[in-house]
Amino acid sequence: MPCATFRPNRAEDEYPLMKIGLFIPCYIDAFYPDAGIATLELLEKLGQDVEYPLDQTCCGQPMGNSGCNSDAAAAEALFVRNFAKYDKIVMPSGSCTHHVRDNFDAIPQTDEVRHVRENTYELVEFLHDILKVDAFPWAEFNHTVGLHNSCGTLRALRTASMSELGEKPFSKPMDLLSKVKGIRFATPKRPDECCGFGGTFSVTEEAVSAKMGVDKVRDHHQAGAEYIVSADSSCIMHQQGCAERAGVPIRFIHIAQILNGASQ
Amino acid sequence: MSDKPVNHARAAEHFIEDTPHLQFHDERLWDMRQKRDAQMHILPEWQELREEASRIKEHTLSRLPEYLEQFETNARKNGIHVHWARDGAEHNRIVGEILKAHNARNLIKSKSMVTEECDMRPYLAKQGVTVTETDLGERIQQLDDQLPSHIVVPAVHKLTADVAKIFAKDYHTDPNIRDPHLLAEAQRQAARPVILHADAGMTGGNFVVAETGTFVVCTNEGNADLSATVPNLHIATIGIERLVPRMADMGVFIRLLSRSALGSPITQYTTHFRGPQKGGEMHVVLVDNGRSARLGMEDFWTSLKCIRCGACMNTCPVYRRSGGLSYGAVYSGPIGAIIDPTFNERKYSTLPYASTLNGSCTNVCPVKINIHEQLYKWRRVLVQHHEMPFVKREIMHMAGKLMGQPRMYRAAIKATEVSLSTMPRFVLYNWLNPWGKHRENPHPVKQTFNDWYRKNRKTAATPAAAPETKK
Repeated sequence: MPCATFRPNRAEDEYPLMKIGLFIPCYIDAFYPDAGIATLELLEKLGQDVEYPLDQTCCGQPMGNSGCNSDAAAAEALFVRNFAKYDKIVMPSGSCTHHVRDNFDAIPQTDEVRHVRENTYELVEFLHDILKVDAFPWAEFNHTVGLHNSCGTLRALRTASMSELGEKPFSKPMDLLSKVKGIRFATPKRPDECCGFGGTFSVTEEAVSAKMGVDKVRDHHQAGAEYIVSADSSCIMHQQGCAERAGVPIRFIHIAQILNGASQ
Repeated sequence: MSDKPVNHARAAEHFIEDTPHLQFHDERLWDMRQKRDAQMHILPEWQELREEASRIKEHTLSRLPEYLEQFETNARKNGIHVHWARDGAEHNRIVGEILKAHNARNLIKSKSMVTEECDMRPYLAKQGVTVTETDLGERIQQLDDQLPSHIVVPAVHKLTADVAKIFAKDYHTDPNIRDPHLLAEAQRQAARPVILHADAGMTGGNFVVAETGTFVVCTNEGNADLSATVPNLHIATIGIERLVPRMADMGVFIRLLSRSALGSPITQYTTHFRGPQKGGEMHVVLVDNGRSARLGMEDFWTSLKCIRCGACMNTCPVYRRSGGLSYGAVYSGPIGAIIDPTFNERKYSTLPYASTLNGSCTNVCPVKINIHEQLYKWRRVLVQHHEMPFVKREIMHMAGKLMGQPRMYRAAIKATEVSLSTMPRFVLYNWLNPWGKHRENPHPVKQTFNDWYRKNRKTAATPAAAPETKK
């Protein structure tokens, strides 16, 4: 059901209202549109004024990560043209947020560029830190899930504690998911080991990448997870491909979908 | 040395095909990482120690010439001969001359990565010197004519059966031995007579203390102490970055080193060498071999803080699944991938790409080297220096152009290829094909998000216009 007009008064009254530009990364646009739709609907349910600029493409990360930084310039310039006018830019992707915030330097750093970089948020951060959402009354997910934190969200955006540092445990995505009715969590043995996607790494280092992916999905499956949930569809795309080939019976879902009320 | 780029991906693929080796390797190193975590949790001041160690090293590196001269002066006072080697060749020549002057034909040595850098063993062999490694793992690697695959556990990629085979060939033991204790005993029996009759001993040095003119060697097998003290002649080969200013600094590093490396509180043997033994001679060869140049590299100089604990290797999911030998270099794993290109940019141009940039290496590093950020920066440098394969470079170039042009980009998506339809198909397929080797492709969808939005949201009517739109 399209829910352009679905705005519960409760949320609208409670959460700060901002003009939000929605960025949907290329692989979500092409392969996981449901994750994008869930992100948009969720933000709308929370009373936000969200727009999706139609002329968007990519944040520049693939070029930047490959070392071809000058080739990221066109994408970065377009990104700024699309998003400079918004108060906040929100995207359901940790790795793209990491690129915009930490590495987005193929173009001159004007005030506009700085505004965009400083106001770009990954969805979980935005819900947790900016909107400080305390309930998802519409959400119920009666399944056991394993949470996969992408390395971008974990070690760059720091949305959860990292096992290497011995920090006091915290997890923003877990905080949010815990507010969902019926949900149960499985704990894998190596919860914050990288799944091996790594952008072009997945192709140039295919063997290692796929082995890491298979190990990751098996770890979750053996821990009892029916679903792997993540804030990054790129990790999901890779893990899903590995699980299907290896015959590991596990399903995948973006965190936005669960928080938006998906039941499966 | 050949400049042909190391094919890490292919070597890793071979490594992965061998399940028993792969599984042991991954689990053994992961176990070391977990033991390291356990030690970290015991020490509430762990992060302060890391910070302190990092600051001491950065301070020392920023005044390296002063501290080196201070060490030299004090070491001479202690009766130690100090030599300076600009590169590997000079190092080997110096060591060769010292041995010749003593008419030494049999050299026993403990593990030293610097001597691997200098490729010393073949040089000395030509001079008629027999070199015997006394570290068990390093000896296994010497007998098998391989580089160490890990800087702390050099033969960690081998199983007991592999070692039994190697020992059977050289020590004439039973090739079917599966008890590691028996193999260790075989090594002990073979090594002892060599040690007792050696003319000279060589060690590395984990730390060099400027204010005392002394150096510190940390081992678990005690082999360095045998190598240094049984013969009358002791030569220590040490990289110039191993310096710390004061003896008091050692408290920080000794607490970090073995905890990070093996997850044990301290190495079994921590020996401070303060001068030659009675009637003996002690030489220290300080080796530069590219370190001064590295110190001048703005983005990469902090790699010289490394204390060679191997924690970054143990935690690295790529290293654990590809094995140290796949890096084709003296230094493997994440630290190797940022150091090796300084030795030979073309040959090691592939190594900074043997990483997902996940950042775990940076988090475990006891001296806080930003390893994954340096990997990212190396990629930029390598592309600027034209060290990226042509096809990949072209694809990135085309992709970058496409991403700047929304209409063309939409057209490309519509053609269901999310990408680079402007490239000749054979190029595209050669490059992207590997995705499907061990993985299914993503499922096609009925409509993209962009299509859905155009159909379901009114604001869609105003592309790129001011977003003044309330429903």
